[in-house]
Amino acid sequence: MADASVTTVEGAVEHHAHEHHGPQGILKYIWSTDHKIIAMQYLFTGLFMGLVGGLMAYVFRMQLAFPGISVPGFGVVSPHEYNALVTNHGSIMIFWVAMPVLIAAFGNFLIPLMVGADDMVFPKINRLSYQVFFVSAVLILASLFVEGGGFGGAWTAYPPLSAQGDYNLSSLGATLWLIAVALEFIAFLLGGINFITTMMNSRAPGMKAYDIPLVCWMIVIASILFMLSVGPLIAGAIMLLFDQTIGTGFFDPARGGDPILWQHLFWFFGHPEVYVVLLPALGITIDIVATFSRKKVFGYKIMLYTVVATGVLSFFVWAHHQFIAGIDPRMANVFMVTTLLISVPIAELCFVVIATLYGGSITLNTPMLWALAFMAEFLLGGVTGIFLGATGADIYLHDTYFVLAHFHYTFFPIAIIGTFAALTYWFPKMFGRMMNDTLGKIHFWGTIIPFNFIFIPLFVLGLGGQHRRIYDFQNFPELAAMQPFRVFATMSLIVMLLFQLVFFYNFIQSLRKGPKAERNPWKANTLEWTTESPPPHGNWPPDQLPRVYRGPYEYAHPDREEDYWPQNLPA
Amino acid sequence: MSYPPIATQRRSTGIPTGRLAVWWVLASEVVIFGGLLASYLMFRIGHPEWADAAVHTNTWIGAFNTFVLLTSSFTAVLGHQAAERGEGKLAARYLIYTILGAATFVGVKSYEWWYEISHGYTITTNNFWSFYYTAAGLHAAHVIAGAVIMGYIARDAAKNVNLHRVELIGIYWHFVDVVWIFLFPLLYIAK
Repeated sequence: MADASVTTVEGAVEHHAHEHHGPQGILKYIWSTDHKIIAMQYLFTGLFMGLVGGLMAYVFRMQLAFPGISVPGFGVVSPHEYNALVTNHGSIMIFWVAMPVLIAAFGNFLIPLMVGADDMVFPKINRLSYQVFFVSAVLILASLFVEGGGFGGAWTAYPPLSAQGDYNLSSLGATLWLIAVALEFIAFLLGGINFITTMMNSRAPGMKAYDIPLVCWMIVIASILFMLSVGPLIAGAIMLLFDQTIGTGFFDPARGGDPILWQHLFWFFGHPEVYVVLLPALGITIDIVATFSRKKVFGYKIMLYTVVATGVLSFFVWAHHQFIAGIDPRMANVFMVTTLLISVPIAELCFVVIATLYGGSITLNTPMLWALAFMAEFLLGGVTGIFLGATGADIYLHDTYFVLAHFHYTFFPIAIIGTFAALTYWFPKMFGRMMNDTLGKIHFWGTIIPFNFIFIPLFVLGLGGQHRRIYDFQNFPELAAMQPFRVFATMSLIVMLLFQLVFFYNFIQSLRKGPKAERNPWKANTLEWTTESPPPHGNWPPDQLPRVYRGPYEYAHPDREEDYWPQNLPA
Repeated sequence: MSYPPIATQRRSTGIPTGRLAVWWVLASEVVIFGGLLASYLMFRIGHPEWADAAVHTNTWIGAFNTFVLLTSSFTAVLGHQAAERGEGKLAARYLIYTILGAATFVGVKSYEWWYEISHGYTITTNNFWSFYYTAAGLHAAHVIAGAVIMGYIARDAAKNVNLHRVELIGIYWHFVDVVWIFLFPLLYIAK
């Protein structure tokens, strides 16, 4: 059994390093239906795409700080390449990093383990989900190298720019981009159905709805949000594909179409999408905070209801992205109200985390630092969002670097901080070894400080009137004077990227030489900690699948000697 | 994996996992068609002149296809009932009737499109026709996919294997039917 678990880990790594140990071995890892191997496939693909997206940011930030320079490792950035880089940086980071890592990788790894099942309910659909996702990842990377270059019409792909090759000058790149995004949606619909049905139907005997760890709830609610919001955009993608390829005019005003329609279809998905990726990161944070404060989560049910309320509200805020798109001001007012309303449940979630921390005996190790940083940084993102949700302020701030900085203050905590929190917390369970805490902390501070140094200057630039999507600000005399801010942000980005080397070193060294992890190194309550690290195929021996007797957060219970009470221990 | 995982056998909610999953698939399908039809409706309300284009759709052919599809849904229900009683062979026969209904539907639609296209009403003629071909085409793709899956299920059912799947494809088939119930008045009756 120990042997099988070791090959699980190596197999996942090998699959992505494209090394061979005989065709049988490699096929076993490519065609596996084991939820843990599929989680690894998603994780390593997502991390690889994250590296690609990060290096894209390096190239275009160099162009912004030192216009016209030959960027080391890339060369001179042409205006079209600049557009393709920012577009694909956004698309990749959201669709090929945040979603695969937070939802697919951790959803796949955690849900069956946390509900005490041996696998997903549809293992073959799960495998198909990754394979479709893999094809989509190949397509988006390939779209950068076709004739005409990659698509450069921003990740929102507003028509008419995106609708015709005559306008965007990258007809093949734009079509490949669109197909890749549509395939990615299909992969996540397949995965989402698996997550939802597994949590609904395959819980361990005795596990009631309120005994499910919050991170599982969050991933499942996120999957439902995704499923109910992405449909109109899939329909929109088909329409846009027809506009691009066979010459219909759904979105082209020159042919009687309506470009604003795309904005509605896109943002009807696009805003719930923020919560689709936020919720898993928030769930990860809550679980880590409870474990390392040795306290029961404050208001489990309140938290759950609040998240459902957020999910419902998130379907009624989308037009706040379109305040200056010429929509009716009365409609804009309605969407301003809903947008400001949605900050109430989010604030509530922050207070729940603070209340959980209050009076706890807190351990400040690497996963806990990441979890706390998530709350702190996301709070800044949320507060700046209120400026943008108010129509009056948004008219001035729309499409400036203020929006860009606000967006990154929400998505960086979600996609990057949330990922590192989860990776450092569940690393012992995933790979059977402990990570180095000191290197982890060096990496933490080396990421968090430069992150703030990148984006605080961009807030200032945005308030100074710096518009987005501009290749070279030297042509704007009043903006050229703010060049030091751009240079500072770029330098901070380079520092942050260099500190990621610490993470990769720590990751690989811990994988090879880290101390062996016991079953439950953090003394946590949830079911995944009751099996071996890493769990064998089938997670538990078939006759020893756990039973559940209590909720997931029974820390420091007054009736017990020990300060934790695993869910599977009989009373 | 040669054996299904224990997770697949469990029923914490009391609902069979397959049925639960089909309903979630339909939930995601509803919003796909919902987005497309809502877009069409907003356009249609804003452009009364689309009625001039809609005049050229053939209501009688649409009505005939509605009848065919509803009948095929009826045989799908009969197949489900047969499967509940454990009569796999009979269930398979009813599924084959349903497939024949689907084939008739697609055949009639092919003739209809051939006629329209040969008279100059193509997907690029104007936005009404773009919606007409896109929405009906997406629906037809669902009809064809459902018929293919139904073929597999009928082959199994004839051997009394996986009889519960007869119900699942039936649920999907009713959904395909319901989508058409929306498409028919929107594309054919509203002139």
